[in-house]
Amino acid sequence: MSETVTIIKPSSKLQFLNLKELWNYRELIASFVKRDIQVRYRQTIIGGLWAIIQPFSTMVIFSFFFGHLAQISGGGVPYPIFSYAGLLLWTYFTGAITASSGSMVASAGLITKVYFPRIIIPISATITGLLDYLVASIVLIGLMLYYSIVPTSLIFLVPVTLILTWMLAMGIGFWLSAINVKYRDVGYVLPFFIQLMLFVTPVIYPSSIAPNFKFLLALNPMTGIIDAHRAMILGGLPVNWGTLGLSAVMVLIILLTGSAYFKSVEKHFADII
Amino acid sequence: MTDIAIKVENISKKYQIGENKTYPTLRDKLMELPNRLFKGPKKTKEFWALKDVSFEVKKGEVVGIIGRNGAGKSTMLKILARITEPTSGKVTMYGRVASMLEVGTGFNPELTGRENIYLNGAIIGMTKREITQKFDEIVAFSGVEKFLDTPVKHYSSGMYVRLAFAVAAHLDADILLVDEVLAVGDAEFQKKCLGKMDDLAKSGRTVILVSHNIGSLKKICTKGIIFDQGVNISDLLEIKQAIQKYIKNGENIDGKLPKNITYNDEIIFDNFQLQGQNLIYRPSFTDLEKFEFSIRCRCLDETQNQDLVLSISIVNNVTGETVIYGHNHLYGVIMQTNKVGKISILFEGFQLQPGEYSVYLESWLDGQYVIQQTLFGIFLIKSSTIGSKSEVFNSFPSQLLMPMKWSYSK
Repeated sequence: MSETVTIIKPSSKLQFLNLKELWNYRELIASFVKRDIQVRYRQTIIGGLWAIIQPFSTMVIFSFFFGHLAQISGGGVPYPIFSYAGLLLWTYFTGAITASSGSMVASAGLITKVYFPRIIIPISATITGLLDYLVASIVLIGLMLYYSIVPTSLIFLVPVTLILTWMLAMGIGFWLSAINVKYRDVGYVLPFFIQLMLFVTPVIYPSSIAPNFKFLLALNPMTGIIDAHRAMILGGLPVNWGTLGLSAVMVLIILLTGSAYFKSVEKHFADII
Repeated sequence: MTDIAIKVENISKKYQIGENKTYPTLRDKLMELPNRLFKGPKKTKEFWALKDVSFEVKKGEVVGIIGRNGAGKSTMLKILARITEPTSGKVTMYGRVASMLEVGTGFNPELTGRENIYLNGAIIGMTKREITQKFDEIVAFSGVEKFLDTPVKHYSSGMYVRLAFAVAAHLDADILLVDEVLAVGDAEFQKKCLGKMDDLAKSGRTVILVSHNIGSLKKICTKGIIFDQGVNISDLLEIKQAIQKYIKNGENIDGKLPKNITYNDEIIFDNFQLQGQNLIYRPSFTDLEKFEFSIRCRCLDETQNQDLVLSISIVNNVTGETVIYGHNHLYGVIMQTNKVGKISILFEGFQLQPGEYSVYLESWLDGQYVIQQTLFGIFLIKSSTIGSKSEVFNSFPSQLLMPMKWSYSK
């Protein structure tokens, strides 16, 4: 029988995501995700409906003000479905970064009492929202039937954009949750930051609306992803592979630097949280 | 395979103690920057919780870590449990390690007992299969069968800890790290917990136990190691020897006690005195019946007339419990800061269990917490007697014996 040997000493070298370790702790990640879902569904009256209400009501209001009054184009598709296809992913993204950035502080009780790779905490927090995404996409299907939009085979690539968004949310979550342990300012800055981000991401307007600022917009990794997500679902719009590729590169950079930063400060968490 | 379970080599752990304990904000850090450029880095106090600790535990040994509050016992356990990282040194552990630093870590009040068993089990390192296998055993041990599908927020605190302990007790590991979880639940369940701990200890597992309760250490452990001010002052000893040495050691510590306690040069507490019948303030005294603390209080800014509150706590160094606590408001005494005052606190007519006690002071000015708990004395009670009979107080269930008037009539 081979024996497990644990060696404890000060860590010094640069570390990124340890996928093997994450795999070993997959059951714990699943438990955390299950817990978050169970708790939320038990504490709310309409549970899963919230996942629909939030993007749906935002879509209705945006359709009225931006689509109807301000006459912002949907780039060739009806504005309600145009904005909903964006809001669906945007809601997941903002929900995931909010949940993960607060997750370490919320788990202080665990961090000071039991060992497991700390990075599991912000990771689990980004997974929970995927269920909401699935629930809310039922409305999208309804809208597509209503507007008789026939998707092309590109729709099978939608998971790619979802995974990119997930990776981006994790990367940002690693940064923010780790900073939040030391500086609670994050909790105040984030809602404001998310609000601003909505306006520099083509969620409620097509990126074609600002041709002169195209390059600047593309520096926001969500730009390429949101555009591609929408184009892949709705079929009629062209997918800008260049911007999507640029987004993917930025996502990888944020994910790797985020995990390295998280790993470099995680040893102090239990002492300062 | 070696016969060594845990090898600790030159472990040290340093903490930085900042000026204030509140969370630093980004603004604070930014404001600090100019200061840092011109005046050099801000001086933070360093505190070595552990310094150069080395020891070895063989497989199957049940080791109690003994030491007074702040000796580094819990820090050592946290390093072994990988909760915090050592500043230097190395630990090697052979076998599957599990820690029980708290019962019910991660319990969620909204979830049912059943769900919490799975969640808590996963958190403390059990696989889903293991939990399923042991599920019935866990439930039977906890005695909460009827409420398995009730959210634990509706549990009584007794049921809660029973379920939590039950999960932890069924964690299968070669090395178990345990901290103070013994004292949970009612007396009957405590007995059951101790029994379970004893079983675990006798089943050939290696156990490291930190407990304030010398009694349970004596009962469960085979070996003991003494920590004092971040250093292990002994190697692994037989448990009885270790406890003896610990108590003996307690007698010759020179109190590195403050001569005065100050706050911002506004208030100075000094001239501490402890007087009593048969009382020697450090090293020891016996047969305590009456003792008096006196403290001089000087306030340098006599123009300000603020409300001063001083509290005193007497803490048992072995159990960590606060045995006596009080402050001047509680006894209807108002103190003001515009004069030099002499505060005297008289305790009378009770006895304390033999053991080592610390005296702590805290202070408030106009309701603002200004002096954090500061140690100002250590005293030792060697032996006490109860009433007129000279029964030894040792196995007395309470720490404090109060004067009571009993009568009996037919």
